[in-house]
Amino acid sequence: MTVPAGHGVAVRIESCGKTFAGGTRVLEPATLEIASGETLVLLGPSGCGKTTMLRIIAGLEQPDAGGRIMFDGNDMTRVPIERRNVGMVFQSYALFPNMSVADNIGYGLKIRGVPRAKRAERIGELVQLTGIDGLEDRRIDQLSGGQRQRVALARAVAVRPGVLLLDEPLTALDAALRERLRGDLNQLLRSLGITTIYVTHDQAEAMELGDRIVVMSKGRIAQIGSPREIYFEPANRFVAEFIGAANILEAPVENGQLMLPGGRLPVDKPANQARATVMIRPETIDIVNADAASLAGTVETVRFAGDRMRITIREAAVNMLAVEVPNTIAVEAGDRIGLSVAPEAIRLLPAECQ
Amino acid sequence: MPWRQLAKMVRDRLIFTGQLLFTLLVAAFLIVPAGLSIAAGVTVNYFRGIQSGLTLQWIAQVWELYAGTIVSSFVIAFATLAITLLAGVPAAYALLIRGGRVARMIEEIITLPVAVPGLAIALALLLTYGGFGAFRRSWLFIVVGHVVFTMPFMVRSVMAVFATVDIKTLDEGGASLGAPAWRRFWDIIVPNGIPGILAGSLMVVTLSLGEFNLTWMLHTPLTKTLPIGLADSYASMRLEVASAYTLVFFVMIIPLLIAMQWIAERRGVR
Repeated sequence: MTVPAGHGVAVRIESCGKTFAGGTRVLEPATLEIASGETLVLLGPSGCGKTTMLRIIAGLEQPDAGGRIMFDGNDMTRVPIERRNVGMVFQSYALFPNMSVADNIGYGLKIRGVPRAKRAERIGELVQLTGIDGLEDRRIDQLSGGQRQRVALARAVAVRPGVLLLDEPLTALDAALRERLRGDLNQLLRSLGITTIYVTHDQAEAMELGDRIVVMSKGRIAQIGSPREIYFEPANRFVAEFIGAANILEAPVENGQLMLPGGRLPVDKPANQARATVMIRPETIDIVNADAASLAGTVETVRFAGDRMRITIREAAVNMLAVEVPNTIAVEAGDRIGLSVAPEAIRLLPAECQ
Repeated sequence: MPWRQLAKMVRDRLIFTGQLLFTLLVAAFLIVPAGLSIAAGVTVNYFRGIQSGLTLQWIAQVWELYAGTIVSSFVIAFATLAITLLAGVPAAYALLIRGGRVARMIEEIITLPVAVPGLAIALALLLTYGGFGAFRRSWLFIVVGHVVFTMPFMVRSVMAVFATVDIKTLDEGGASLGAPAWRRFWDIIVPNGIPGILAGSLMVVTLSLGEFNLTWMLHTPLTKTLPIGLADSYASMRLEVASAYTLVFFVMIIPLLIAMQWIAERRGVR
């Protein structure tokens, strides 16, 4: 098994916006750079413009006037998709029902005039790499969803594209399979080392696969950053709530402390402001003795989730507070408990945000 | 309890028998005339009835008198098919890929001849091209009429199949692998549209063979098709000859209809 060499092109998206006929703007002009060999995830809810962005990079859509797509510094904006040397995996896979698995994988090579023997060799490599060897002569309608996904991936990388574009490649699969394939896909992308742009609405997928994540909302880029940055330092309320679970608290600030109904919380970098909006991840909140704590509340519900417990607490903040604690802690609904949060785990969000 | 069960059984039985009788009656109402006509075509003398004897002489006579119309019908049907295939399949592809308001408008315009009476289409063609003498007198003029009339059936049935296999995404898949449009058309679009192309083809051939309205307006004594010949024989020949002609038409058209049904069923199974 040989791993294909090459790390792909660097992609630059230059003020690319998209307005559809009829005037709906699905993508605000955005500028973005993807380094050679990097895996970039476009993450957001449906209708946020992430698929449009991918289709513009692929060449399936034209950006509005003024937008440019560069591969390794070459302007590709007017180049049609068939001459961009991209590899694309579609959400529905778009496998050709009239061809066998091998013919599907080899189609791009056939178009490029690669001789039959060379083609067979490369197909052999790819079925190995994607773990579908033995299925070469099957028809597409004889494959399971997971197998189809692998064929689509093998077909896309067969031609050694400059950039690999994946449009929600795991969305059509059921949850358990999705989780397993996510791991496989991650390994495969790492071993290929190719520039990859991956579109998904699933934040777990984005966290695991992305070197960097671009969170999008309503046609705009909400934040760009590594998975850690996105998770621990969300730029605004939308990112905080979209990625993982988050407690968003809005409260007055006094002497560098957040004043809550159930007590107070020291803030790490108290801004010079009377009110603050902060985010606290449920797993960063610890349960302590109620008497000694500066913040206390009453346990509303306790849900045992196996590896941990999810607790909601009333009277500590204006809204219900979500807390995740180790499964060894003994608490019951109605208990009065104290809460402590490390000041650095309290993330200040910009006041005016949505 | 047993009484009620028995009553229910009897009632179900009666309903079933009633429905069966009704179906048979309707079928008979439709089939008997066809049967009579076919019988008339092989009877020595229709007015004396079947006891006058069976004969193939009328069929032979039809062949002698009208073989030309049968041949020209097939020539016209296949010429029509060739044109609708060459223009209709790429048109269906383009309409589906492009989408949007213009595509829908073109689709509507193509479909218009289904609703407009054949006579009106024929009149329009005559008004426009009647002056081109040689063209007007050739069988190609009838082909033009048939193409106008059958094109929507080809385009529609091909588009329907394209939509079910999501040809647009398949096309994008082909493009992402580097295939230029003409390559995608032959490697991906046509093979995956085969059921629709077949269904459309049979429809076009069948409709062209049986077309009367338009053809009647467009034909000349030298460019008669089979249905025109039928009308001619009904008007001027003895009844047995006309019936024999119907029989010939049946023999030609029934295999096409069966093939059409067969393809439709296979499509349903897939």
